[in-house]
Amino acid sequence: MNLKERQWIIGAVFLLISIIFIGRLAQLQLFSSELAQYAARLTQERELLEPARGLVFDRNGELFLDNKAGYDIFFTPRQCRIGGGMDTLALAQLIDLSPAEINKAIQKAEAYATYRPSTIRKQMPASEFAAIAGELWRFPGIQSRRRSIRTNKSGLASHLLGEYREVDRNDLQTNQDYKLGDYKGKSGLELQWETELKGQKGEKFHLVDVRNDYRQSAQEGELDFLPTPGTNLTLTLDMELQAYGERIMKGKRGSIVAIEPNSGEVLAMISAPSYGTDLLTGRKRGVHYDSLLHDPDKPLFNRTMRATYRPGSIFKMIQGLLALDQGVISTESRIACDRSIIGCHGPHTYDNLGGAIVHSCNPFFHEVMRRMIQPRKSTSVFEEARHELSGWTTAVRRFGLGTNLGGNFPGLRSGSVPDTTLYDKFYGAKRWAYSTIYSISIGEGELLTTPLHMANLAAILANRGHYRTPHVIKSIGEAGKPRGLDSLMNSRVSPELFAPIIYAMNAVTESTEGTAPLAQVPGFKVCGKTGTVQDSEGNHSVFIAFAPAENPQIALSVYVENAGSGGDWAAPIASLMMEKYLTRNVEQSQKEKRILGATYPFPNAKK
Amino acid sequence: MRRSAPILQRIDWLTSGLMITFMALGLFNIASATSGAEAVDWFALDSKVGKQFIWVLIALGVAAITLIVEGEFFIRTTVIHYTVNVLLLLAVLVIGKTVGGAKSWFGFGSVSLQPSEFAKTGTALMLAWLLSRSDGKIRNAKVLVQSVLIVCIPAALIMLQPDAGTVLVFGGLIFAFYREGLSGNVLIAVFCALLILIATILTGASFFDYPLLGMQSSIGWLWMILTALGILIWQLVPGWVVPRNRKRVRRATIICLASTLVFSAGIHSSLEGVLKPHQKERIYVLFGMDVGNPDADYNIRHAKAAVSSGGLTGKGFLHGPMTAYGFVPEQETDFIFCTIGEEWGFAGSALTVFLYTLLLLRILVIAERQRSDFTRIYGYAVASILFMHFLINVGMVLGLAPVIGIPLPFVSAGGSSLVGFTLLVSILLRLDAERSYILR
Repeated sequence: MNLKERQWIIGAVFLLISIIFIGRLAQLQLFSSELAQYAARLTQERELLEPARGLVFDRNGELFLDNKAGYDIFFTPRQCRIGGGMDTLALAQLIDLSPAEINKAIQKAEAYATYRPSTIRKQMPASEFAAIAGELWRFPGIQSRRRSIRTNKSGLASHLLGEYREVDRNDLQTNQDYKLGDYKGKSGLELQWETELKGQKGEKFHLVDVRNDYRQSAQEGELDFLPTPGTNLTLTLDMELQAYGERIMKGKRGSIVAIEPNSGEVLAMISAPSYGTDLLTGRKRGVHYDSLLHDPDKPLFNRTMRATYRPGSIFKMIQGLLALDQGVISTESRIACDRSIIGCHGPHTYDNLGGAIVHSCNPFFHEVMRRMIQPRKSTSVFEEARHELSGWTTAVRRFGLGTNLGGNFPGLRSGSVPDTTLYDKFYGAKRWAYSTIYSISIGEGELLTTPLHMANLAAILANRGHYRTPHVIKSIGEAGKPRGLDSLMNSRVSPELFAPIIYAMNAVTESTEGTAPLAQVPGFKVCGKTGTVQDSEGNHSVFIAFAPAENPQIALSVYVENAGSGGDWAAPIASLMMEKYLTRNVEQSQKEKRILGATYPFPNAKK
Repeated sequence: MRRSAPILQRIDWLTSGLMITFMALGLFNIASATSGAEAVDWFALDSKVGKQFIWVLIALGVAAITLIVEGEFFIRTTVIHYTVNVLLLLAVLVIGKTVGGAKSWFGFGSVSLQPSEFAKTGTALMLAWLLSRSDGKIRNAKVLVQSVLIVCIPAALIMLQPDAGTVLVFGGLIFAFYREGLSGNVLIAVFCALLILIATILTGASFFDYPLLGMQSSIGWLWMILTALGILIWQLVPGWVVPRNRKRVRRATIICLASTLVFSAGIHSSLEGVLKPHQKERIYVLFGMDVGNPDADYNIRHAKAAVSSGGLTGKGFLHGPMTAYGFVPEQETDFIFCTIGEEWGFAGSALTVFLYTLLLLRILVIAERQRSDFTRIYGYAVASILFMHFLINVGMVLGLAPVIGIPLPFVSAGGSSLVGFTLLVSILLRLDAERSYILR
């Protein structure tokens, strides 16, 4: 071959390579998206913009839950290395961490990702941050980001409002909306209304450089959108009443639940002892939680909903109403106070229904219940009791006892109204009669109920037979009360039959023989009933009441553990609460002083 | 045409125009790759683009001087030119400064010069000088040995730096040798050697569960197949070859088989024993093998991603985040083609490839139109050198060649290479301008 012709071969090789290159360029740039997507992932970073969480107000627009400014401190290991490292001890001191804590945080960050920021100090309050912000530049790889901190400034209603804290593994798995490091409601209303409160995150897309620093907005911000703030909640609680209730219950174990009878709106829910929700936010949560958890007073325990007690004498009103309804007694029927069957107290001997309520006569109600479930018409007492009890159980449950009260309170215990199944299981079928189970006639035995149920009972009495399911939500945003929150329920006991009971309940507080003169509120007609529930560590002091008698504005239950008789402690507490709510003021300073001075353990509780 | 006709009328404007186009392309893309997507300060001397701007001016100055010097000057000083280059390559091994593991640079304050960039010109001149003076050209064994030596001396010195990329570029001179009469079989042999090399790497890195022997590299299969192929050809000889040639063909078969096996075994053992782990990884990554190190293909993955994200028309000048924000390494020098791909898309990068091909083919045309053997051989050497740079650099960015750091001529940032290539091409332009009054 002529050597000159070799130019064509060499030229062909050059051309061939060019064609291969252009083919490869077409493959990469025109026909494959995988690598381009990879490039987009590398260079674009989505920043999630936190929405402001919904605020929580009381019924008068006072703020229960607010968001305050805070800062998270981040650490990016790679940036620190590029920046020449840092004095971790100085940083620890600056952001108030122990040397061990900061070393652990740095190790964790290294293990997570060297080029991405990890949080090393969460929820630093704005005041603290302001003091150190000027120093942070000294530490390469340290950044801060604004993040709001949930705060319950008043420290009130902590049990009800619940906890707002960092998501755990379980939350991340069950809900895609949450990302590591997010916060959410974990209990109480914060959890129940999480969807409404949390709002929607916004997104902002940035172009980042290889050090993952934001450089500019991606695609001119076309993809970005702002966060939608969470919906505000208005509660039915009255903050002033709640605050007062928590104040007078300080140092005691027990609870107060107050309800507006005609609406079912809960006005106050006090579980004592309480704690400030803010103790359980922020970095010292673990320590605080631990000490609260091991406190013998069980401050974390929400007694208003979770504690089930025997109701004691306050149950006698239901017994009286059912007896009238079934016709086993009339208002004038008198029954001898036969203390050989069951213990009693006070100088009465032969009461009618009204008297029996005023004196809280045990033998009277023992006999009333016997007439209901053991009328001695059948040959077998066992069969008869078993047969009659089921009707009684159903009737009692219509007063809300043993039910979930409409289900507005997650975590509310139903308590227990014993039925035939329970006794059959316990004693065996036909192995029990009224004589076996008579202690339930006076609200003892197997009856169990929460303070919320007791307050609801007071509301039923105030309403003469019906109630609206209790609830704490007055409005969600501007939308008003959600439907189905306040269903109308009825005890099916005719309203006229309530008159003698209410008359007697008024006498409990006003007659000279009444068990609760301390429950009086000057200027108002108060109806109430004491209970003194036996307990090995001292009797529980119980009182339910409503006022004013003719046009009830407030119905409530007060339960003070191991304090003594109902009239001594629970009644005056109820009195103060009612006065506070009805007059917005408390004039009974002597009474108030006595209550404020009393703390657990009560000296005369066992009498 | 009179000898005194102005030089500007006689130089090849297509070549010089392409050269200046590539320099401008380089400036734009260096600006984009180094300014972090912010406003470019073209004349700030402390910025990379500012420095490159100065180097472009220097390169144009060098070109101007080269074009007014008589071509005869370059031919007559070839030996001195070459000797000085070799001495500089020796000197850099002694007093050079080490950058990135290679002792390739002379440092003068903030300016560094890389003698190997200039050695290409010296070697091309020397090769042209020797081959144009020798009778019988390259088919004469003595001349072949001499010319191979001319290439190997600077190549060996550069290998000592070490700078494997530039050594490979010297290997590209095989095209010039071929044009001057080197047997085509050598080209075929080189091509076969490449195939064997790739097969060796692939089989050497894959594993096979042999009964009794356990997991072993499957390189044994390759060798067995090659041997079987040799025996097959041996067996086929009586049927296919006329009797008088049979003995010769069989001997050639044996030699080919033996050298193939020795070559493959040599590659395999050096791959296993001599290469450092990161070099081995680079080679495996090129073939898409999983090396168990996610960072092993970091450079090439990011380079390909940058090119790919350009799409058809690219993200626009200063708008390529991959290159502007440091995701691609060496983005203003060896990986400058990424910026072209990302910001100018398929349209821009295919055009660049086209223009390069045009330049290479134009140089072939220039070489072929010479009466002077010297200029023709020099022209082929220039084309070979530029082609190797183009092949390795663009091939690397596109993931078709291993990561070997050599610049894209006229485009990559760096003074030595820019001035070196300008000198290389300018000498050709000057010699070409004089072609009409050269007597054979």
